[in-house]
Amino acid sequence: MRKKIIYSAVFFLFTICVEGNCFSQEYFTKNGRISFFSKATLENITADNNQAISLLNTQTGELRFHVLINAFHFPKAMMEQHFNTDYMESEKYPSSKFKGTIAEINKVDFSKDGSYKVNVNGSLEIHGASKNITGVGAISIKDGKLSATSVFKIILKDYNIDIPSIVINNISQQIEIIVSCQYEKRMSN
Amino acid sequence: MLAIKLGFTVMLFFVFEGMILAQDTSNLMNQLEKEVAQNETVYTTATFKSTRIINGHSIETLPAHVLDLRISHRFGPVSSGIYNFFGLDNATMRLGFDYGINSNIMVGVGHSTYQKTYDAFFKAKILRQSTGKLIMPVTATFVSAIALNSLKPRDFDSKPDSGVDINRASYVFQLLIGRKFSGKFSLQIMPTFIHADNISFLHNEHNIFAIGIGGKHKISKRISFNAEYYYQLPGNKAPGSHNVLSFGIDIGTGGHVFQLHFTNSMGLTEKSFITETTGRWDHSDVLFGFNISRVFQLKKKRINN
Repeated sequence: MRKKIIYSAVFFLFTICVEGNCFSQEYFTKNGRISFFSKATLENITADNNQAISLLNTQTGELRFHVLINAFHFPKAMMEQHFNTDYMESEKYPSSKFKGTIAEINKVDFSKDGSYKVNVNGSLEIHGASKNITGVGAISIKDGKLSATSVFKIILKDYNIDIPSIVINNISQQIEIIVSCQYEKRMSN
Repeated sequence: MLAIKLGFTVMLFFVFEGMILAQDTSNLMNQLEKEVAQNETVYTTATFKSTRIINGHSIETLPAHVLDLRISHRFGPVSSGIYNFFGLDNATMRLGFDYGINSNIMVGVGHSTYQKTYDAFFKAKILRQSTGKLIMPVTATFVSAIALNSLKPRDFDSKPDSGVDINRASYVFQLLIGRKFSGKFSLQIMPTFIHADNISFLHNEHNIFAIGIGGKHKISKRISFNAEYYYQLPGNKAPGSHNVLSFGIDIGTGGHVFQLHFTNSMGLTEKSFITETTGRWDHSDVLFGFNISRVFQLKKKRINN
């Protein structure tokens, strides 16, 4: 009896370990690049963040992002300050998050080189406000390395980011966001 | 019996497995976020809205390669009435240019009509308040300033035996220690040493110690309430001089910061407002003043594309 319990326990642990190695299809990055671009009459605004965390489960299609607001860097230092204090309130809302899925992830063959157009949908949280978004992205596999890109647009109003009337002509309501990540496979355990 | 047990084990196994898979993404994400957060130092920013609280310096320095054009006005006492248009008829002003050499060091020059003073200063951040990997509770900034009073000497200074040394220069050294306590509230203290000149104001003691305290309370995203007070240590205060107390609001609109305030000092350099303030709040010698700051980015930081 005791032997049987031990056996089943060993079997149980063993399968978990095997599962862990074979089926944990998680890819991650800590240096994902997120940039945004806004075209306005007075000047174009652009900023860059190379510290986005992202996680992609190639089995379930789950896709996550965690982006620190104060890691966006601007060509103009004062703009960076105002972005953090006046617009994004980065002390109150330090990060932006995306939680979504890649539709039809099964169509993507991760075992050989290729590139695929995919549809992504999920909830994007910026400035404490969440909104469901859908977008198109591309996944490409080259030499066993997985990378993903996407370009989509958001409206500032959706995330309660207000623009004072005095600079309303300098800042566009529509912001283009460019995502580009090189993923590494997560080594389990 | 064995079959049931085995079946049960397998069932249990699948239940567990399902839970693990479902939670895995969230757990892993949390783990990654934690790893990154632990290795990162987050520096506190925007302790004050501007490099000045009201009259004196705040712990803030300009970002690198930013030029700040500052125009400051102090009017006459409000109590001087309608004849003087509540003080607006007699204004003193300072025109100044500040520049950020790097993100921790800035310099500035200026000229003010008050005592026809030319001034220059050097300001450096020594400590930066931070959380995360490196924890620092305060920001500390060192300020050193020189002011040259270019007024024609008063009679007692131009006595033949007083020689050429009429002591036109005054020196100021300050250590500003500040902390942003919350998103809304910041406070700083400013131990100050001043070597005063004697050309327009009689200082019995040329070496004056003062301690200042200044604070900011944010009212809205772009408006904050500021207060600033300098206390001259007893024994070295010049006759007729009073401590300077000021209240004001800061309004930020992007490239500009407007600072509107009430103070009892007409002077605009440290030596003048800390040691030569003659107005008194309890005698209604309060006057209105404002600072306008406009920043220009002279050299853009390259961001890799």
